[in-house]
Amino acid sequence: MSNRKLASGIKLLSGVAHPARWLVVLALFMAIGCEGTTDIERLRQEMYNQSRFEPLEKNSFFSDNRSSRPWIKGTVARGHLRTDAHLYTGIVDDKPAETFPFPITRNVILRGKERYNIYCSPCHGYDGDGRGMVVRRGMKQPPSYHIERLQNETPGYFFDVMTNGFGAMYSYASRIKPRDRWAIIAYIQALQLSQNATLDDVPADVRQRLENE
Amino acid sequence: MAQLFPRGSNAFARISIVVVLVVVGTGLTILLNTNRLHYTTDVQVARKQPVPFSHKHHVTGVGLDCRYCHTSVEESSFANIPPVETCMTCHSQIWTESPLLEPIRESYRTGNPIEWVRIHDLPDFVYFNHSIHVHKGIGCQTCHGQVDQMPLMWKVNTLNMEWCLECHREPEKFVRPREEVFNMAWTPMDERGHAVSQALLGAQLVQDYDINPSTDCSTCHR
Repeated sequence: MSNRKLASGIKLLSGVAHPARWLVVLALFMAIGCEGTTDIERLRQEMYNQSRFEPLEKNSFFSDNRSSRPWIKGTVARGHLRTDAHLYTGIVDDKPAETFPFPITRNVILRGKERYNIYCSPCHGYDGDGRGMVVRRGMKQPPSYHIERLQNETPGYFFDVMTNGFGAMYSYASRIKPRDRWAIIAYIQALQLSQNATLDDVPADVRQRLENE
Repeated sequence: MAQLFPRGSNAFARISIVVVLVVVGTGLTILLNTNRLHYTTDVQVARKQPVPFSHKHHVTGVGLDCRYCHTSVEESSFANIPPVETCMTCHSQIWTESPLLEPIRESYRTGNPIEWVRIHDLPDFVYFNHSIHVHKGIGCQTCHGQVDQMPLMWKVNTLNMEWCLECHREPEKFVRPREEVFNMAWTPMDERGHAVSQALLGAQLVQDYDINPSTDCSTCHR
């Protein structure tokens, strides 16, 4: 409401009885308030939903409505150059690597255990027998890690399966980072050892405790 | 000069003081509570999704870890909504004929993403980072509630500023051991599995994890 309108409104009021005058003034103020509401509301919304994109927010500029654009084939994002073939492909001299690209410590195996339980156990089971919960719900059963063929497989073979998928298993490359994939392989080897161990493999001090139980 | 106001105006003036107090009081009460209503905050309002995905089935029934799908929650501000490849990892084999899953299969065929309805949406003027909270021992369940019991997703907390500050002021009331962050059924206990009070455990963890959450405006409003 412009100032001129307001002035003429007040002039109009001069003839009105006193108590009613206050009411009219109140109504006028409310009218001013109402007129501003849409602007204030819009301002508030613009702070709430600013003209920038949150991760995975919709952007109708692109035909698929994605603001997060897929990687363009044949390009390398800054900081994502992968020159270490052993670490990133698991292939050494055109063959599946027989070694790990970094030393395997207790912490690496523990990390592998954690990641295995998140990503692998739903199908492969917590002890690697291939009877996880999803398999019991109808997924094709993967082989147990404890069959002879897989016990003799190289770390590079497991890395390839996780990275590129195998049979019914999809690729986990986008879900598990390369270093974690190697850690998981270390843990699978630990599972294989544990499931095929005899009492003679147990260190003397722990053996005492086992025999007591 | 004649009196401007009639005698009755005195009573009117006194009553108006009371009326103003009542009106201002009521107004303030409404104003302060509007942002806390379920109607405003969407708390406990389940939203219809393009596919009726059930966290209850996938977490409690199948036993999936939160991170199986929300892969980036430990190292990113954003917990990540999984791509349909993740759904298809199992559903290329299980329930392959289900009409409910047709949008998933279609999205996988065409590459057009599913437009899930966002439940937890902070205003754009708030900075929030999942990874720091996860690493300092704030469980998923602390903010998102018993997601493992939700057939469809809903909010259990307002995400209002007063709610954030509740924890930033007294983190010991909410913090848990890092290893239990993704455990939906955790209750305060010591290493041997004996129940302890949250106050005791929380105070210890706040020390161990060097938890010192700031309540500066600029911590969240950057």
